[in-house]
Amino acid sequence: MNVWADALIQGILLGGLYALFAAGLSLIFGIMRLVNLAHGDLIVLAAFVILTIAAWLGLDPFAAALAALPIMFMAGFALQHLLLNRTLGRDLLPPLLVTFGLSIIIENGLLELFSADSQRLRAGSIETASVSLGGGVAVGVIPLLTLASAIGVVLALNLVFYRTSLGRAFRATADDLEIAQLMGIDFSRIFSVAMGLAFIVVTIAALYLGMRANFDPTIGPERLLYAFEAVIVGGLGSFWGTLCGGIIIGVAQTIGAQLDPEWQILAGHLAFLVVLVLRPRGLFPRATD
Amino acid sequence: MALLQTCGLKAYYGDFQALYGIDTSLDAGETLAIIGANGAGKSTYLKAIAGLIRGPAESVWFEGRPIGAAPAAAIMRLGIALVPEGRRLFPSLTVEENLLVGRYGRSTAGPWSLAAIYTLFPALKARRNGASATLSGGEQQMAAIGRALISNPRVLLCDEISLGLAPIVVRDLYDALAHIKAAGTSVVLVEQDIVQATKVSDRIYCFQEGRLSLAGRPAELSRDQMHRAYFGS
Repeated sequence: MNVWADALIQGILLGGLYALFAAGLSLIFGIMRLVNLAHGDLIVLAAFVILTIAAWLGLDPFAAALAALPIMFMAGFALQHLLLNRTLGRDLLPPLLVTFGLSIIIENGLLELFSADSQRLRAGSIETASVSLGGGVAVGVIPLLTLASAIGVVLALNLVFYRTSLGRAFRATADDLEIAQLMGIDFSRIFSVAMGLAFIVVTIAALYLGMRANFDPTIGPERLLYAFEAVIVGGLGSFWGTLCGGIIIGVAQTIGAQLDPEWQILAGHLAFLVVLVLRPRGLFPRATD
Repeated sequence: MALLQTCGLKAYYGDFQALYGIDTSLDAGETLAIIGANGAGKSTYLKAIAGLIRGPAESVWFEGRPIGAAPAAAIMRLGIALVPEGRRLFPSLTVEENLLVGRYGRSTAGPWSLAAIYTLFPALKARRNGASATLSGGEQQMAAIGRALISNPRVLLCDEISLGLAPIVVRDLYDALAHIKAAGTSVVLVEQDIVQATKVSDRIYCFQEGRLSLAGRPAELSRDQMHRAYFGS
């Protein structure tokens, strides 16, 4: 029975990573109804930014990621301000096309700069460290940190959204763009700040992506797919839902892999389809959508 | 000098022209009533002042500055707050959050704090942690007025605050409006109800198909004059 308990626990921890992939996507969609098709590639881009900072300054990945946070916030703010704000309007197609193009540009730009070689964020002995839970089940410290960070990110986003005046402005803008302006809310600035925040979450996701496994410039779209599934399973607009969605996809994948290693990815997609059939709006949809 | 002035204000929805050169003037401390039938351009007039519809800068003046081309968020920060038609509270915010978000862009000190708004509308205090959708129509209207008032605007624009409400609720709202006026805020009131409008306003403008059909002080205007200006017969 231990292998199944182990698969379940590893799946929950893997779900933390998927929740981190998804939280930034959920944040952006929730505020400005923008489906960011470049989200997966932005995570890979952030991993390369961390890699570069770590190599230049001789830092470990955690310190390098910390150094990358302000840079990435500004990059997100600038991307929204200079490009994506111009694509938003009544028509849903322009932002889809522009972020799709952005995805291709990022992937090929990274291939040009860093080649297609696999990379890894080297964190030293912590990579292989584990904690024993008894009964022959042990969990890695990095997966544990991943899940803890995912919970931390969800807590922090909820705090910003429900306890600050910025969060009120985010929700008001999402509710009614026209009336939000009457509150003195400059929505193009609000959107830019939101994208900056999403880039911070992207950078945290990239840190764990890069430490858990090898990455190369082409793996972005598949991360985007997991992120989408987590957001939709959880229900649009709820960060706790996104965390649950990530964990459901993660558990389905590890249980699937336990049945047959070839079933890992398929099991995740099947779990997504089952939730869609049973609860088309996801598990925790926001009541007002 | 007038506090708020429109000079030849025109407004368009695509190819359709809704306002054909409107000249109005509001002095500090005054209450204006804008009356007219449905589709006369009253709401459009308020939207054009609030910056939701933008035109040439010189078509709207506030405190001696041309603001006709400014975006809505900037106009709100100058001190012009709009209570929109149909309340339009934010559904995912609680009642209190709806009030608080009203001072996001401008938190000038003045008579209107959260506490003062709860004193003006005690019904809101009891429901402050509830979802805005659970409020009755009258309470929603109170919240919408409070949300505009909390930034301590110099001018409060109100679009049909009595629409669809019971007469007793309308009386309460107009009592509140008298308090707001007494606290020093100038008010522009769009209203279909002539009787209500003449009671509270210092000056009346009547709109008809996007043009001014009558202007004057309530005491100087006869019922008959207003009736003709209103319906165009």
